[in-house]
Amino acid sequence: MNRLEVLKTYKIFIGGKFPRTESGRFYKALNANNEPVANICLSSRKDVRNAVQTARKAQGAWQERTAFNRGQILYRIAEILEGRSAQFVEELMLQSFTKKEATVEVESAIDRIVYYAGWCDKFNQVSSTVNPVSSSHFNFSTNESIGLVGVLMPATSSLLDLISYVMPIIAGGNSCVLVASEKLPLTAITFAEVLNTSDVPGGVVNILTGSVEELWSPLSAHMDVNALFIDKASRFRKDIQLAAVDNLKRVREMSADLKTENGQGLAFITAFQELKTTWHPIEKIGGASSSY
Amino acid sequence: MPKANTINHLPSSPSVDKVGVEERVARFQSRSIKNHAKMQGLKMVLSMIDLTTLEGKDTPGKVRQMCFKAAHLHDGYPDLPNVAAVCVYPSMVRLAKSIVGSHGINVASVSTAFPSGQAPLEVKLTDTKYAVENGADEIDMVISRGKFLAGEYAFVFDEIAAIKEVCGSARLKVILETGELITLDNVRKASDIAIYAGADFIKTSTGKIQPAATLQVTYTMLQAIRDYYDETGQMIGMKPAGGISNAKLALHNLVMVKEVLGQEWLDNKWFRFGASSLANDVLMQIMKTDSGIYQSGDYFTLD
Repeated sequence: MNRLEVLKTYKIFIGGKFPRTESGRFYKALNANNEPVANICLSSRKDVRNAVQTARKAQGAWQERTAFNRGQILYRIAEILEGRSAQFVEELMLQSFTKKEATVEVESAIDRIVYYAGWCDKFNQVSSTVNPVSSSHFNFSTNESIGLVGVLMPATSSLLDLISYVMPIIAGGNSCVLVASEKLPLTAITFAEVLNTSDVPGGVVNILTGSVEELWSPLSAHMDVNALFIDKASRFRKDIQLAAVDNLKRVREMSADLKTENGQGLAFITAFQELKTTWHPIEKIGGASSSY
Repeated sequence: MPKANTINHLPSSPSVDKVGVEERVARFQSRSIKNHAKMQGLKMVLSMIDLTTLEGKDTPGKVRQMCFKAAHLHDGYPDLPNVAAVCVYPSMVRLAKSIVGSHGINVASVSTAFPSGQAPLEVKLTDTKYAVENGADEIDMVISRGKFLAGEYAFVFDEIAAIKEVCGSARLKVILETGELITLDNVRKASDIAIYAGADFIKTSTGKIQPAATLQVTYTMLQAIRDYYDETGQMIGMKPAGGISNAKLALHNLVMVKEVLGQEWLDNKWFRFGASSLANDVLMQIMKTDSGIYQSGDYFTLD
């Protein structure tokens, strides 16, 4: 007798919990042969609202963590992902990757997490400056997390892409609300399970699934979102930029080839930092000119 | 019919069916209020707020700031109502009155050794007189929960009556501090005592104790008001305070008031919210309903 296969319903990830979408809707993710492989939540704007609310609450404490500790936690994500790599390979194959492609994808993803884990307690030293000024001030510029970042993944992006978008954001002490790839959402939610078991505080990363067409608007217009990270080729690019104007969100666009080393780097971290310059009065010692 | 002036006239309080209350309350929370009705409701909530600061660390600057907020909830948005009152400690009444008095906003003062109420009657009377003389339009007194729980109902009754006497024209709100009364039966009993002793308003909590204004407690108190109204034809006001920090919960409260007491109570003369952070959430909801864009606390004044 043939067994009727049970399709897993992939739930969304908000505040370290896995609720269903408040709308109760779902869609079927298909593989290359148009066969359904899983039930996926079709999130609504209210899920966006809930996710932003919890991401906002989580952000302050995440930023307050020591940079070193954030690095430890990111490294922990890589460890856990390594341990579950077989599951990810299998899931990618469900979505019509070949075994070889899938293995490369997962390994590159793990390496990229380790890369950003290393940057956590170093990027600020590298990208901060002490500035020469002609008054009695010690003047320095240093990075501060931009806050809450909304991420819209391209429709056909997968695990490595998601890692490449998320890691530089959270490495710099931001929290994020991410709308996963519409066509290949399975690994995004399984990755949420990894996040949930790897010391990342609930709410720092929130992952929604569903239609970007429906969700770009509430996310881009949301006054409590400080920046957006989108695909430069997104067909909603102009609409998103317009919607982001009200509270002057930074809209960062990804155009790098994520499969290569161009898909990682310091610039992706500093893209989600604001430079803060401090003028600290100092006593002019002995008329010395440039010392502080 | 005049209010009874001794506890002997107090009818025995009916016992409260806790399971029934919970079911009824759950139904209020499932109402869906959208668009136009929601907007009306939100504005009504704003007009019913007693904007409150009751901290040991309150300074004149802090009170001044809050009073300004009371009169200018969000100047960027036209036609918003003012809040009903500001609620402060007696020492801040004069200052508050000097700022909001000209805006038609009342000044409510807590009194009677708020929040514990653990002081002799003499001190409580002085406390209240001081607030009234400084210009308080409303007095929020606390009952002696210790005496109440010890069964000395007459003491509690007489105390409320005595405070009522020195209030003069100021309206008296009686805080039951339901979080310390433990059972809904006690809440009902305390409500009846307060109402018959001369309260113009009954109020759930000081905001210092959790749980505070749960819907169950508020419902029980509304029921006491309903019964008193049926008996005497006199209206008593209700003020849930503490823990009502979002617009949705506030709207649920309005639904409950409307359905238990009726339309006449949907007015800030008869219903108030004691809250500090509720106003901003309601403002954000109004802006959201109007613009369709989710709002951020960053763009609203803190006090």
